[in-house]
Amino acid sequence: MSYYELRCRECGRTWGNQPRSICDDCFSPLEVAYDYDALKAQVAQGTFSRERISQRAPNMWRYSELLPLPQSFTPRLPVGFTPLFNAPQLARKLSSNAAAGNLYIKNDAVCLPTLSFKDRVVAVALSQARAFGFDTVSCSSTGNLANAVAAHAAREGLKAWIFIPSDLEPAKILGTNVFGAKVVRIAGNYDQVNRLCSQIADEHRWGFVNVNLRPYYAEGSKTVGFEIAEQLGWRLPDNIVCPMAGGSLITKIRKAFDELIKLGLVEPKEVKFFGAQATGCSPISTAVKTGSPEIEPQKPNTIARSLAIGNPADGHYAIKTIKNSGGWSEDVSDPEVVDSIRLLAESEGIFTETAGGVTVGCAGKLYRQDRILPDETTVLCITGNGLKTTDVLAGVYKTERPIAPKLTEFEAYLQQTLDLDEVPGVIAAAQQAAVGA
Amino acid sequence: MPITVQIPTALRRHTDGVGSITCAATNLSELFSVLDEKFPELKPHLRDDKGQIRRFLNIYVNEEDIRFLGGPSYAFQEGDEVLLVPSIAGGSHESDS
Repeated sequence: MSYYELRCRECGRTWGNQPRSICDDCFSPLEVAYDYDALKAQVAQGTFSRERISQRAPNMWRYSELLPLPQSFTPRLPVGFTPLFNAPQLARKLSSNAAAGNLYIKNDAVCLPTLSFKDRVVAVALSQARAFGFDTVSCSSTGNLANAVAAHAAREGLKAWIFIPSDLEPAKILGTNVFGAKVVRIAGNYDQVNRLCSQIADEHRWGFVNVNLRPYYAEGSKTVGFEIAEQLGWRLPDNIVCPMAGGSLITKIRKAFDELIKLGLVEPKEVKFFGAQATGCSPISTAVKTGSPEIEPQKPNTIARSLAIGNPADGHYAIKTIKNSGGWSEDVSDPEVVDSIRLLAESEGIFTETAGGVTVGCAGKLYRQDRILPDETTVLCITGNGLKTTDVLAGVYKTERPIAPKLTEFEAYLQQTLDLDEVPGVIAAAQQAAVGA
Repeated sequence: MPITVQIPTALRRHTDGVGSITCAATNLSELFSVLDEKFPELKPHLRDDKGQIRRFLNIYVNEEDIRFLGGPSYAFQEGDEVLLVPSIAGGSHESDS
């Protein structure tokens, strides 16, 4: 554990530790600040080092010194430490001259317990919720956060009230109901749900993970960055491509890299940050492309519902992270999102949700624009699982007619339906058999 | 032409605990003038030194973000309910360069 407290991002006033996300003095966001000198001393003494970290259990708690956790906290779930692996076939599809070894996928589609990176932020937020004495936790959500809060609350024995836009994907609603959470469907978009939650948080003493617990919650995102660095062999990549909804994740990966550099755990490096959005909800990428430092809010209209935040709270900071790093931001249409989900699945065997389709689609554009170069080490952040958004693939694959369980039926079916280009191995075998006969 | 303004808890220490007022402002500029006069301590929390609405303050009229209604030029209608809502960001350590 380490010393930390809330500090105003703009005026610098400190607020100790409490469920609060706004500085009363200047109305600006609070952020968790750490005693980095004490942490540097731990690194110097060898009590917090690459070796020590690598000996710890493979989950996000191995970076506890850099997370705002209560003194008495004992992890109850092995969240995080998701796979980072090479994606050579996707690399070749995204860039004709890509060096196969340089593209990596950080796969939070398999993050435990609810298959998205939101498990990381909720794990940290709920550690504080319990310490602050809340018996009820809550959130506004586009789905993945709803799942995560509901599951972690069940595990921690807390009550959960979840507020969602009423048009959310059925799998994400079911995946919240099942944990026994109270789900409140709001006839409005996420931005309206979020505004309502700010008002509710004013009236009820609940732990809203993305309102009054948000400074702690947001720190959980850093573990994506810590893991990427460790899994690359304690080095930083050249580029990060990250989906953006509220804009927090991309800024926190940047913070994670900066902290590792500050503590001497990785060599300093200028990492470029690239943001990915759906064209139907692209306030941050629009601002980056037009050179604006501020967000112009949009009314979301995209199948990428997990990214459908038209007034991103951290948008201003996401723009700065991208701009200061020399990166860029792109956006892709809904058909491109579906194509990209299929591309990732067919080339690397990873089934991601719409947000992952956005990330892969935007990465392709960035390669084609030469903003990402083939010989650079690039990590794509896949943040959610495709089984939660299967509705976007409805109609893409036709339902095959069933055949009788007879070999002759199958042979007839094979002759009727065989696509010669798609299954050359089968054809070759069939031709060989015919010659042999 | 009365409108109602809801003030969030975070700002009520600058309004002597008042959470709601009714006034006759016809647009945002007039509304700010009313609030400035009534609650002088509130003024710097609503606008910056250049008179711009603070970045982390969202303003809604009848549940709609005022930026979708034409922003500061929106003409208040009788009975409008104006909400001042802080934007809940996670913060960042990025420099303001």
